Amino acid sequence: MKLKNIYQEEKKSNLAKVSEIIITMASRPSGFIGLSILIFHVLLAFISPYIAPYDFKAINPTLMLQAPSAEYWFGTDDLGRDVFTRTILGGRTALTITFFGSLIALLWGGLLGIFCGLVGGKTDDIVMRIVDAFLSIPWILAMLLIVSLLGTSTEVLIPALGFFYGKGIVRVARAATHDVIAKDFIVSARARGHSNFSIIYNEIIPNVRDAILVEGAMRWSWMLLGFSSLSFLGFGVSPPTPDWGLMISNARGLMSFAYWSVIAPIVGLSSLIIGINLTADAFAKALGIDRSTKAPV
Amino acid sequence: MNEIIQKVKNLSIGFKSKKGEEILILRNITTNIKKGETVGIVGESGSGKSTLALAMMGYVKHGLYTIGGECEFNSSNLLKMKNRDLEKIRGRKIAMIPQNAGQALTPNLKIGYQIDEALQLHSDLKEEKREQKISELLNKVRLPSPETIALRYPHELSGGQQQRVAVAMALAGTPDLLLLDEPTTGLDVTTQAHVLELLNFIAKDTGTSMVYVSHDLGAIAQVSDRIIVMYSGEIVLEGPSRDILKKPIHPYTYGLLKSIPKLSLAGLPQSMPGSQPQPGTMHRGCSFFDRCNFSEEKCKNNSPQLEYLEELKTSVRCFNYKSLMNDSQVNQTVNKIKTSLQDKEILNLSEVSISYAKQKLLDQVLNRISDDNPTVKDININIKKGETIALVGESGSGKSTILKSIAGLLRTKGGIIKFDQDRNLSSDLKERDPNDLRIIQLIFQNPDESLNPNHTVEEIIAQPLKLYFGLKGEELKKNIIDLLQKVRLGEFYMSRYPRQLSGGEKQRVAVARAFAAKPDIILCDEVTSALDVSVQAAVLNLLQQLKEDFGTTYIFVSHDLAVVRAISDRVAVLYQGRLCEVGPSKDVYQFPSHPYTEVLLGAVLEPDPDIKPKLVAEDIVEEKPPQKGCSFQGRCSRILGDICKNEVPPWQITNSGNSIRCHIPLKELQKDQIN
Repeated sequence: MKLKNIYQEEKKSNLAKVSEIIITMASRPSGFIGLSILIFHVLLAFISPYIAPYDFKAINPTLMLQAPSAEYWFGTDDLGRDVFTRTILGGRTALTITFFGSLIALLWGGLLGIFCGLVGGKTDDIVMRIVDAFLSIPWILAMLLIVSLLGTSTEVLIPALGFFYGKGIVRVARAATHDVIAKDFIVSARARGHSNFSIIYNEIIPNVRDAILVEGAMRWSWMLLGFSSLSFLGFGVSPPTPDWGLMISNARGLMSFAYWSVIAPIVGLSSLIIGINLTADAFAKALGIDRSTKAPV
Repeated sequence: MNEIIQKVKNLSIGFKSKKGEEILILRNITTNIKKGETVGIVGESGSGKSTLALAMMGYVKHGLYTIGGECEFNSSNLLKMKNRDLEKIRGRKIAMIPQNAGQALTPNLKIGYQIDEALQLHSDLKEEKREQKISELLNKVRLPSPETIALRYPHELSGGQQQRVAVAMALAGTPDLLLLDEPTTGLDVTTQAHVLELLNFIAKDTGTSMVYVSHDLGAIAQVSDRIIVMYSGEIVLEGPSRDILKKPIHPYTYGLLKSIPKLSLAGLPQSMPGSQPQPGTMHRGCSFFDRCNFSEEKCKNNSPQLEYLEELKTSVRCFNYKSLMNDSQVNQTVNKIKTSLQDKEILNLSEVSISYAKQKLLDQVLNRISDDNPTVKDININIKKGETIALVGESGSGKSTILKSIAGLLRTKGGIIKFDQDRNLSSDLKERDPNDLRIIQLIFQNPDESLNPNHTVEEIIAQPLKLYFGLKGEELKKNIIDLLQKVRLGEFYMSRYPRQLSGGEKQRVAVARAFAAKPDIILCDEVTSALDVSVQAAVLNLLQQLKEDFGTTYIFVSHDLAVVRAISDRVAVLYQGRLCEVGPSKDVYQFPSHPYTEVLLGAVLEPDPDIKPKLVAEDIVEEKPPQKGCSFQGRCSRILGDICKNEVPPWQITNSGNSIRCHIPLKELQKDQIN
């Protein structure tokens, strides 16, 4: 046995690192549950068009508001459409739009936050005051305005949601950057004459990446709730595309005598949000970030 | 005197690793603390000394647990006690003084309130009695005007004063045993000497037993009657303080004492190779085997037991202590530093002043800094190629500020910094071209902060190579390996992350990164103060070797006068951002010298019970440099009068060539200093 072998640690590939993190996440009961729910929903989103027993938009007046039966597992809604079909299909749009929405939020929020944290001074002051101003506008009002002006297409919803949910990430990224830039290795890089871009890319991002990713994962679940609220108000997905928010909105008047039409989408939506939340928490713990000790931003 | 108040019996403390193995932090510790004695526990970081001290008050850190043994206080085992019973002992019978009093005091409560709180908890005194007791305690720790101090908040006190308040709070419960965990480590040299003197006085005055934990043999030597030397969780040597410091019979202590730089000796001390084994990596045999110069074949597989020697009243854990017993004293041999001093001037600071004052709008527009009393003022130093110049002074003396300005991290307010006689470096980073940045490199105090934790050693050292020389591929790799070998690290370190390195190894990587730029000047900012003593000597030796190989010039900032003595050719003493004395180091360390240099030299703690610090001036901390006159007027014990307060003192040059800035004539300066 050589000394060399004792000290040498195998350089892990990125894939190995990711799988190690996932295994750590799954080794906690809450993380395992969260991951299972999330994976279930993602899989469902992919295969649901092929396994759906009925056509989601087939209206059948003779089958209005049927109670759950062997034929219609979750019953039918007020237009006679199969609730089971619509429930398993109902998460697809929400999941896709919010996933890409949070990627955009992560990107612009993270980069702007890091930039502000590094540059500081006047630029930081001005940018942060603008972000604060946006934070003070109720997002749902602003979203309604945007949607009514530009329509409810995916091309509008993704960037709009991404913009509104990125503001919070700016603050997190900026705070994380502030923690890092006080360290001597940044001073050292500056004294060597590295450019701001090189300092951000080489020195800061590797050290704040984890904190920002965790924040992004949390934002995803919030955005899901937000997007479903939009649909609920009629500004998200347009009928007849199945969507949980829309289904809840349609069926809530019938709750007293056709509970099944509202329970299924509620279970779908809340289980997905819980799944993402648990996963984000487990993710944070696997990376060694304890969210419970940090003040909410 | 012989009554035992704390008995530690076969104590082992450890934790369970992920694989379920039991990893020991403390291994089978047995010792006694007698009434009225002061015991010093000394060891490097990770030796388990703090864990032992905490166990003595029945506290085991979160994540650790007691594996076996007991800590007996008043014939009850503290480690098995319930919290409710422990509360009655802690503070009343056993008190603790923390390392950083500034953090241990509650920031939003007045000093008096916090002491009163301790009194309410640990004594049954009535209100008026408590009032009296608060002033009494503050008096005892020699804080000026207790009535006003009691009404202040912690942040209004200096570091030394905060530490005194912590002592006062610990004394509030009149404890039988006082545990001190590195109580003077964060303090300035002069303050440290004063606090130690106070602790000595309190030990005598109150008859309290003290356990003094420190990595600093100099501090331990001043306070303790008995010393326990710890190494990787074991006691390796225990005995009367004088014997251990004068005649260490364990190879580790022997090597440790040899690696501490001394004021009386110029040149670099010998270093001990290797580093302390990490917990859990210990194998059979003696834990010091790898680093020992006296080891034999049997040390490899058999671990020595602690052996009590009646005639010396000393316990030692070594098979070979007899060979050290004959080697009577620690004869320190030093490597004399070689300097190939050239006449060529490499850096010239003239009339440099630096200000932290905020720029007003008008000044911003005019691109100037206006401040008539700047933090650093009138700095004139010529630095020759190939020399090591040290800037010394207490915290707030402006030594790091000057370094930052030379590196371009801070703009100067006035004056000129010239490189190589013609290149102007008075500008900050943005205005310097890449070559100006390359010629000056920095090494920082704490390698944990100066190396990016997410980069491998390879990536860290590659940065300057890529930036300045545009190296790529094989050539880059060859250069990195070359640099690693120069700092005595092997090629296999390339793929490791900083967290997988020891403190000394990390600092070596930082040194390699600085040398990668092929700089002319390296700025060393307290480069050894975060390192253990045995490692410190190795890093100093390495820096000296590299300097001889490359002909680099060092500007060395340190608060440790012994380290400065060891490595520097020339010393500049700073107080409040003004120069007091500049000269060749062998002369600065001799008298006559500036009154401030005298204060600093007097306060240095040497690991020798016979050399006591001389406390010349009060340990007052001044917020701002004085508007006019001598910068040291506020603390000078030899102040002449109005002349010191109104006029900036002239430079006087001694026969041996050092310049002293003082109004007192040289002859008179010398008269009182020779003792």
